[in-house]
Amino acid sequence: MNRIVIAGNGPAGHRLAELLRTRAPRAAVTVLGAEAEPAYNRVLLPSVISGKLSPEQTYLAGHEGGAVTVRRGAAVTGIDRERRTVRTADGLLHPYDELVLATGARCFLPPLPGLTGADGEPADGVVALRTLADCRRLEDLLPRAGSIVVLGGGVLGLEVARALGDRGHAVDVVHMGPHVMERQLDAPAGRTLAAVLERLGIRIHTGRAAASRTGGRLLLDDGSALPADLVVVSAGVQPNTELARAAGLRVGRGIVVDDHMRTSDPRIHALGDCAEHAGLVPGLIAPAWEQAETLAEALTGGDRPYTATRTVTRLKARDVDLAVIGDGNHALPGAEVVTLADPARGQYARLALRDERIVGAILLGFPASVAAVSQLYDAGAPTPVDRLALLAGRAVAARTDAPGDLPAEAVVCRCNNVTKRALVAGWRAGARTPEALARTTRASTGCGSCAGAVDGICRWLSAAREAADASAVPAGEAFAPAAPPRQEQQPLPELLTR
Amino acid sequence: MTRTHCPYCALQCGTRLEVSPQGLVVSPDEDFPVNAGRLCMKGWTAPRVLSAADRLTSPLMRPRPGAEQRPVAWETALDHVGAELRRIVSAHGPDAVAVFGGGGLTNEKAYALGKFARVALGTSQIDYNGRFCMSSAAAAGQAAFGLDRGLPFPVTDLASAEVVLLAGANVAETMPPLMRHLDGADLIVVDPRRSATAERAALHLSPAPGTDLALALGLLHVAVADGRLDRDYVARRTSGFDQAWRHAAEWWPERTERVTGVPVADQFAAVRMLAAAKRRYVLTGRGAEQHSKGTDTVSSYVNLALALGMPGREGSGYGCLTGQGNGQGGREHGQKADQLPGYRRITDPAARAHVAGVWGVDPAGLPGAGPSGYELLDSLGRPGGPRALLVFGSNPVVSAPAAAEITARLASLDLLVVADFVPSETARMADAVLPVTQWAEEDGTMTNLEGRVLRRRRAIDPPPGVRSDLWVLRELAVRLGRPGHRFPDDPAEVFAELRRASHGGPADYSGIEPEALDDPAQAAHWPFPAGGTSTPRLFLERFAHADGRARFRAVGHRDAAELPDGGYPLHATTGRVLAHYQSGAQTRRVPESVEADGEAFVEVHPDTARRNGLTAGSLARVVSRRGATVARVRTVASLRTDTVFLPFHFPGAGRANLITNPALDPVSRMPEFKVCAVRLEPLGSGVTTGSGER
Repeated sequence: MNRIVIAGNGPAGHRLAELLRTRAPRAAVTVLGAEAEPAYNRVLLPSVISGKLSPEQTYLAGHEGGAVTVRRGAAVTGIDRERRTVRTADGLLHPYDELVLATGARCFLPPLPGLTGADGEPADGVVALRTLADCRRLEDLLPRAGSIVVLGGGVLGLEVARALGDRGHAVDVVHMGPHVMERQLDAPAGRTLAAVLERLGIRIHTGRAAASRTGGRLLLDDGSALPADLVVVSAGVQPNTELARAAGLRVGRGIVVDDHMRTSDPRIHALGDCAEHAGLVPGLIAPAWEQAETLAEALTGGDRPYTATRTVTRLKARDVDLAVIGDGNHALPGAEVVTLADPARGQYARLALRDERIVGAILLGFPASVAAVSQLYDAGAPTPVDRLALLAGRAVAARTDAPGDLPAEAVVCRCNNVTKRALVAGWRAGARTPEALARTTRASTGCGSCAGAVDGICRWLSAAREAADASAVPAGEAFAPAAPPRQEQQPLPELLTR
Repeated sequence: MTRTHCPYCALQCGTRLEVSPQGLVVSPDEDFPVNAGRLCMKGWTAPRVLSAADRLTSPLMRPRPGAEQRPVAWETALDHVGAELRRIVSAHGPDAVAVFGGGGLTNEKAYALGKFARVALGTSQIDYNGRFCMSSAAAAGQAAFGLDRGLPFPVTDLASAEVVLLAGANVAETMPPLMRHLDGADLIVVDPRRSATAERAALHLSPAPGTDLALALGLLHVAVADGRLDRDYVARRTSGFDQAWRHAAEWWPERTERVTGVPVADQFAAVRMLAAAKRRYVLTGRGAEQHSKGTDTVSSYVNLALALGMPGREGSGYGCLTGQGNGQGGREHGQKADQLPGYRRITDPAARAHVAGVWGVDPAGLPGAGPSGYELLDSLGRPGGPRALLVFGSNPVVSAPAAAEITARLASLDLLVVADFVPSETARMADAVLPVTQWAEEDGTMTNLEGRVLRRRRAIDPPPGVRSDLWVLRELAVRLGRPGHRFPDDPAEVFAELRRASHGGPADYSGIEPEALDDPAQAAHWPFPAGGTSTPRLFLERFAHADGRARFRAVGHRDAAELPDGGYPLHATTGRVLAHYQSGAQTRRVPESVEADGEAFVEVHPDTARRNGLTAGSLARVVSRRGATVARVRTVASLRTDTVFLPFHFPGAGRANLITNPALDPVSRMPEFKVCAVRLEPLGSGVTTGSGER
């Protein structure tokens, strides 16, 4: 029997085990998770922080009805590539035929006085947010936290700041970069986003770094200080590569893998936040799940190479609608660029297109267009010619409801296919009320939604008659426009009609 | 004046028929609450089909294989069919003869057809076109509530709704008079197209074709994360929430948005509208159901309704908008492969014993469950598959998916017999055509989408030469050596037997006195057991599972069976238009309907048309891996650029089902009519892929 050991019970390792459960029913799959917690969905942690979900509601579905064994609280401490075993903290050895490293990443904690304790762990009143346990710790500290500083104005930092602000806390964000989310956003987008957040009560301090923390105050590098009963650190993550490095595997920023998620040892694979593919560590859940698909195929004899996933980054923060699609920030030579900015209303859009296809976009304050733009990007499909309509986000159908503007061939009652022409004819034939028109033309007898329109046409005809009588012009001539010239039509194959 | 009901959809609008010198005149029945004086074009013009120029008035046979169909005497046709059936059964066994029924047949016909198959033929090979209709909703409803009745409440309850979510239901076109009951409600319409119904919506959610399930999971996620879960209801009246949530937990709003194309803000708006209302409904239609994951999609919408505490409360709930005229009754009385009358399972020994008792046969002699509709059609003429097929009230040449292949299957049969009232495309292929009565020429009962049993009444005599389906079944049974009295041709007698057969079953009709159906003030909603009463509203006290609880079903999303790629870059979705009904066999014979929409067309976004060298009014070939269909281009600016839409009512080279994908739902065996991958070509561009392309 094929023994597959997965080191790591995060979303990537969990997804892989779930795929193997159905695709490799004869394999013995063992998941070794460092945390005592069941596998959970890290993406939902901001919802836990904002109190919208309980920690338990982030748990992922169990591997029911298959040969998957999950050991929790079993951190892997070493790999013996010769004997093909891994050792866990409890001293047990786990033999493998295939080993998967899904060890994830951990928060980067700046080594500053007052932020870290003697053991390198966060000091009292400091939380580095990565795990559900971190969320629980944060929850415990919140009741005593009058003032909160979030260190780091990246995606997670801003999401946490907004979630805490939502719960009524005063929040400052200290960010080293020139503007927030500078990895994803250009400067005008970053400035507009900061202004949006400021309006929501979150104070943003860019171009500043923390220096130290003493007595509930955080000192910054310019000598200023912020009250900080609680400091939440969200200053980036580091892939967990120590095991791989100790085992002699090739490691760059992450554990280096090929298109099939294989490391430099053909029996060892890596995926998710610990893996480096083509020089990149994506650090997002969608690529991790894609990688799980690739690896599940590879481990069951298939071939589905991983190609860097198209990324769409959404800021999950209430009342802030930001999406960064593909390459939002970087200069794209030769691209057609469409921009639209209304900073006073917190709106900024930038679409970069090449060959009519979206290669990158920033959409801030365009909630209705994100979906359409990201789907066009994901599909690599050509963009509608009307770029501004795309940004407006909703099909704006021109409607002319006024009875006089309606062409004669316009169908007023869809249920009975009654045109304006037929209603005009019916009216002229003596059906002068909506009820009479309903009897003679059947208009409005189906769903009834055209009753207003039929009534409108009736009134309009009567008014036109009065006006015509007054001016002694033959009635009706003015309001029965000639039918539009019919389009020359290709003859229809006989089979089509019957 | 005769009171009856419209021959078309599951609303079964009440109509009054007057015989006049110009022929039969229809007017809507003010007293029937479902339509209350309303009628759509199809209902107004229904008499046209009675006098269709090519109405079948004599049996037809071919003098020799391949020759033209010619009129023959009834005796000749019945004797020939009877002899052929006997020959095929004795040479190849009873399963060599298959039966395909329809959701438009009266309860009596559906019942008699199932009995004929199981008793006279002894075949397990019977199914019907309801598989293509509401089978996914039926499976999901059964799983959630322990009982499937399209609407577990009267249609008129909808009139007081504040909010109604319509998932994949374009009722403004497919059942216009229903819109009257939705006038007062804010509608949330889920449809990839900006349909006539979506135009009327307070909120239109437009998911990419094939992503409805992800959207429903996303809405459940929002319901929980936004604090809208009805915890008390979930604890008291349901089971299985935690497992269902584990799947929905993976569909946070931003991910749902990316996969479905429905904005995050709209997801929240939809849930908040539903949650804030006191009287609210979730209704599904074919758009959610006709997928290879249709059952899971409906389950997901049911889960949403359960999470918000909707089903089983007066003024609120989940329902399926059944499509065909007797789509509800048609699925209850035994023309489905796995069922016996009364909505009983054919594999249940107690059900077999009860029904065999009513039929006066040995339960051991009843066949078991047969294959589902598409699988049955696809097995015709293949080694081990049926060699003869009897079709009643269906036109699979136009309505089945991968229609070219199914047409080839029909052509490979030793014997194809079609009972119909017009020469449908399927009838034209038949070795023997049997002309039968239609709506205004016959008595019987129908069960509409709210589980209400209605009387269809005879207003005029059928043309000479036309017989009832019940008479045809009896005559064939006699020729198969069965006693004629076992197969009565009087609908009243059949209904009486049906009541006994359904007694004690989930769809219990045993208490329904036919005379009571004549009183418009009385409404007979099943279950209506002998000695009991009508059940207009189900589940108010308890759901039909043994523990009385509704069950969340833990379902996850999966992709459509076929996704767009380089060769087939667009989604195609199919559906109906207002003027036509199903395969169009009836409405294509109505001048008013032909005037409204007389030919196959394809709706395309103007940009997509331009990029494919097409203009409005030109002809396009719409090509999938199954084949190609020809249709006239209509440019529709509100359509998604990645999606084209085709109605499936048209025959020949314009059949939308030439391109559809027969990937089946694993539970309901519903084919994936609603999404496949296609490309567009101008007609005559010289690219010939042909319908044989695989």
